[in-house]
Amino acid sequence: MTARHLLSVGDLGADGIEEVLRLTDSFVEVSSRAIPRVPALRGKTVVSLFFEDSTRTRLSFETAAKRLSADVMTFSVSSSSVNKGESLRDTVETIQAMGIDAVIVRHAGAGVPWQVARWVSGPSVINAGDGWHEHPTQALLDCYTIRKERQERGAPAPADGRPALDGLNIAIVGDIRHSRVARSDVLAFSALGAHVTLVAPPTLLPPSLAGWPVDVSHDLDAVLPKLDVVYVLRIQKERMTEALLPSLREYTSYYGLTRRRASMLPEGSLVMHPGPVNRGVEIAAEVADDSSSVITQQVANGVAVRMAVLYLLLGSGVELAAA
Amino acid sequence: MQPRNPPAVVIRGGTVTDATGSRPADVLIQDGRISTVGSKVSSVPAGTVVLDAGGCVVAPGLVDLHAHLREPGREEAETVESGARAAALGGYTAVVAMPNTEPAIDSAAVVRQVLELGETACCDVRVAGAITVGRQGARLAPMAEMAGLGVTMFTDDGSGVQDARLMRRAMEYASALGVTLAQHCEDASLAGGGHMHEGEWSSRLGIPGQPAEAEELMVMRDLALARLTGAKVHFLHLSTAGSLAMVRGAKGSGLSVTCEVTPHHFTLTDEAVRGYDPVFKVNPPLRTSSDVAAVKAALADGTADAIATDHAPHTQETKEAPFDEAPPGMLGLETALGLSLTELQIPIEDILALMSWRPAAIAGLGGEHGGPIAVGGPANLCVIDPAEKWVVDPAAMASRSRNTPYAGRSLVGKVRHTVLRGEPVVIGGEAQR
Repeated sequence: MTARHLLSVGDLGADGIEEVLRLTDSFVEVSSRAIPRVPALRGKTVVSLFFEDSTRTRLSFETAAKRLSADVMTFSVSSSSVNKGESLRDTVETIQAMGIDAVIVRHAGAGVPWQVARWVSGPSVINAGDGWHEHPTQALLDCYTIRKERQERGAPAPADGRPALDGLNIAIVGDIRHSRVARSDVLAFSALGAHVTLVAPPTLLPPSLAGWPVDVSHDLDAVLPKLDVVYVLRIQKERMTEALLPSLREYTSYYGLTRRRASMLPEGSLVMHPGPVNRGVEIAAEVADDSSSVITQQVANGVAVRMAVLYLLLGSGVELAAA
Repeated sequence: MQPRNPPAVVIRGGTVTDATGSRPADVLIQDGRISTVGSKVSSVPAGTVVLDAGGCVVAPGLVDLHAHLREPGREEAETVESGARAAALGGYTAVVAMPNTEPAIDSAAVVRQVLELGETACCDVRVAGAITVGRQGARLAPMAEMAGLGVTMFTDDGSGVQDARLMRRAMEYASALGVTLAQHCEDASLAGGGHMHEGEWSSRLGIPGQPAEAEELMVMRDLALARLTGAKVHFLHLSTAGSLAMVRGAKGSGLSVTCEVTPHHFTLTDEAVRGYDPVFKVNPPLRTSSDVAAVKAALADGTADAIATDHAPHTQETKEAPFDEAPPGMLGLETALGLSLTELQIPIEDILALMSWRPAAIAGLGGEHGGPIAVGGPANLCVIDPAEKWVVDPAAMASRSRNTPYAGRSLVGKVRHTVLRGEPVVIGGEAQR
């Protein structure tokens, strides 16, 4: 069975994720060419439907589609009929009627890509972030970045037949509760064999972690020395007004990746962040710029990963999800 | 009510079941009242309508303490007429219409309007008045004036009265009127922004949740206030194990409180939200399987006094919004009895107690609804085939809305006939008007 949509990264399973990672290697190569374009999706039309502003993610997807020679349409919600009261369903059906092949959906409400997938009959639906829930391509590019950067730093590859992140210790630090990145990363990292620890004050953890394959810590200093990857999440200022944190200063002093804390990381470990970075809040400027930081590589790999996803869903008919 | 002269009706071949027990009997109805109850009523007047009740239970009509009929203000979702028709098809002869209309039912004028709309409906429509003006939780609504029009139940349903001092005053004021205060238990500060039950599924799905404790805190507070004021308090749609345990304890200590539960809280859990279909969004939200078990236990041991529907119609377009923007609520009137008969492992006599005579007593409708089925009594009856299998089909519903979470579900037990004041308003599962 060929997957039609990419809604949850968990739907891919370990095999599906590994397939994306392998294919991404070839699209990284394409992206490095003088003319970084292949005709794989010529004649296909891809629409980005972003109900929530995210210039970074939208540009990354649109660049990926263009490098595959797809036609790209941007449905800009702020200038569209959505502001005139058009319903979500009408918007989706209007776009579908234009004869498109894929719709890339970003929405502040959890689950919207699932609803869209129920309403469309032809196009593929790609989740580009739904509320606090999931951000599958972010998790794929994070997995890819970890694998590639470790290779380049001479880390031993996983044993034959073992998944790409086998045995790695990864901590995700910060506002897990409100993070679609964290939810997708937990699924993807653990599917690929990593051991995930969530580090956050209790107010920034989900109310229940039943069924999550993770450990939890409230002591970043104790976790850092054994990590292969520390994944720092953005902290948003409105969390103060919701009585989740006393102050940004207190957050930084207990959970910020300061220079002192970064020095506790083992040699060769990676510092990651989904962007945009609040320098001096969740991560010190010097740490974000240090050679252990792969934040810009994450952005760069995002385009190739999204090329791989679009190619697998639209181009080849190759299996993306585990059957 | 406009007096009508309906033809005589005889209900033949059923088992009559009411609070006094069960016995095989035919029921003859003349001039809107029961004229004979007995085996083999043989001589009936010419032109008598014969309703076959073979294999059926003939019961007092069901009474719903909790229906949103949406009129005035949301007629695109439901009207008194369409909601009453749905109720009749579900076996109800009386429903209490909730006051969260636009405008709210918070004055004699709006009470009169809804009662007038109900006069020609195929179900007896009563109204609950708002406790506070506009359901804003700030000033007491004119409860005495509304009580003067026959309103026996007051609630700000849709939200709870947040201010403890105001709720205390409402209870004190109401106690002189002989009316019941019904609370939608939800501490707004703790529940605020939650769109489903807070727990394993909300955490996984990334949907803001509301904890069970948001309901339980208000149950706790109102039990304390009921103790303080002596008011009659009814808890609407309780959904958590903790709430029901507190009510059980309060009843044990002699406090005069009652509570209702809904079919969706004993048939569905929060896991149903996993596909993000807003048809499963409801308030109070679907809870965990242990809460479902607690609701069933409360029905079995008498802690829960009534099964109420919380029938909450919404148009398709409003329900097709993103989950966190869609309004909460689901249809209930046409499926409540079937779900109860199918899902509850308790005898049909007990289900009828929970759906007919006990809610009739809570709503102050005893004497008119809820039986007993006896000569001279009002002919508000329903005839139930407990063995009829059927599949829930939203398109076939009488409600103006289609937001049932049970589409395609197989149920056993269906209403065959409903008789309102002697008039067969449903015959053979079909509404007659």
